[in-house]
Amino acid sequence: MEILGLVYYWVFAILLMIGFYAVIAKPNLIKKLIGLSIFQAAVFLLYITMGKVEGGTAPIFQDGVSLYSNPLPQVLILTAIVVGISTMALGLGIVVRIKEEYGSIEEDEIQELDRK
Amino acid sequence: MIIILFGVFLLALLVITALAIVRTDNLFAAVILTGIFSLLMAANFFLLDAADVALTEAAIGAGISTVLFLGALALTGERERGGSTNRLLALGVVTVTTLIVIYATFDKPRLGDPDAPVHQHVGPWYLEKTPALIDIPNAVTAVLASFRGYDTLGEVFVVFTAGIGVLFLLSAGRGGRTEEIRPADAPGPGLRHYLVPRVVGRMLIPFIFLFGLYVQFHGDYGPGGGFQAGAIVAAAVILYALLEGEAQALRALPMSVLKWLVAGGALLYGAIGVASMFLGGNFLDYSVLASDPITGQHIGIIVIELGVGITVTGVLLCVFHAFAARGKV
Amino acid sequence: MAMTIDILSWIMLTAGGAFVFIGGLGALRMPNLYTRMHAASLTDTMGAVLVIGGIMMQAGLTLATIKLAAILLFLLLTSPTASNALASAAILSGLQPEEGPIKPRKNAE
Repeated sequence: MEILGLVYYWVFAILLMIGFYAVIAKPNLIKKLIGLSIFQAAVFLLYITMGKVEGGTAPIFQDGVSLYSNPLPQVLILTAIVVGISTMALGLGIVVRIKEEYGSIEEDEIQELDRK
Repeated sequence: MIIILFGVFLLALLVITALAIVRTDNLFAAVILTGIFSLLMAANFFLLDAADVALTEAAIGAGISTVLFLGALALTGERERGGSTNRLLALGVVTVTTLIVIYATFDKPRLGDPDAPVHQHVGPWYLEKTPALIDIPNAVTAVLASFRGYDTLGEVFVVFTAGIGVLFLLSAGRGGRTEEIRPADAPGPGLRHYLVPRVVGRMLIPFIFLFGLYVQFHGDYGPGGGFQAGAIVAAAVILYALLEGEAQALRALPMSVLKWLVAGGALLYGAIGVASMFLGGNFLDYSVLASDPITGQHIGIIVIELGVGITVTGVLLCVFHAFAARGKV
Repeated sequence: MAMTIDILSWIMLTAGGAFVFIGGLGALRMPNLYTRMHAASLTDTMGAVLVIGGIMMQAGLTLATIKLAAILLFLLLTSPTASNALASAAILSGLQPEEGPIKPRKNAE
């Protein structure tokens, strides 16, 4: 169980940085938004990994089970998923408006047009 | 042992998909891969005993989020121009940060350790008090709706605000609801021309609605609840809009009804809180809603989950229609 | 009796996995979109039937079996429809199916 736990945290680190790389290095605005959603998903993975109890099961009470995983991180992440999709929808609305005003969704082209 | 291998396999698939998303320059493929990423993430969550979260991630992340991205992609371009700014610097920063975070993970508690700090204070208290105070089998719903109900109220207001924001951004200006004049032999709106998706889709839509209602009201007894149900019902209406055309879907559920849904759900949630204040308790204290505190908790949880489901349905549909109506036709 | 159910369900699960694996292999090795879709969609549906059938046998006669049967029905309806819709979309966007003997596969997809 030792190495497996560490693998989950390493995958969290790798996914976090893959999403972050998409945000900082790709000039396309929608690619940045997609990278942001990968970043968010990595954080969710971290919290849910922290909530697991070895030998436990999902925190839904049933007969014959005495050990449950921690429900609190799951509640937090449930809220976080819905808030994430809300901000993503708003971000996509802004990108659509930028495309209509500037004619492009590449970051450097927008900055060029802004400078004029 | 097999479970360990399966877990590592799913994690490896996640990393491969994330790399493919960043490297492809066709945005359409990137969006579909994001849907696959969300589904793999839901499978991972299920493996980590988070059934409710897996259902939410599958319904919202893999379902609705893909539709919203595709709606936005139809209005912007489909190809990325490519070429990154400061690629070496970005790669350097990313590699260094990955190594630092990996170094930090060596201090973390072992996976599943029951003595980890996160399992010490509030978590066991919730698990202990739920059968005593609220008496529903799903501990996650009990914590979400009752013990941490104030956070969930804030979350409903965030969803409500996002819906208003998208309506502000995309309802003004271009994209009105004028009926286009079509030549007589042009294919009709939506997918009416194509028999197989239309027949199968129309057969499935009532059952998807039914499943959404089941998930909504079954949230006390199993994985489920307002957020997942809102996403599933919104998916049913979006399927109808894709099949029959957006104008027909707006005739079935007009924008005015959707705006009432958006506001009504949040209002319902707040009203329960205020009602419990009038009945003598604190804000959002459901025990005073009935003569027996446990029944009061049950009533409170069902009504606020209904409010959450109504708002989420309304907001997701408003956002979908805002993107779809802004077409270049 | 329980032993036969066990063995039978294991056979179905393994066969379902093998079908899906063959489908994935076909999706990689086939030359163009239509042949790839043919490989992937047929084997996916059959694999789903076998895997869910195997799990249903393991679950016995409980509520879980009825839910699994409902999921199987849903998959049987939607999986072929999705492939049909995908093929229609491909024809609509102009990708014509190739006819004639198989040419050596170009490296672009």
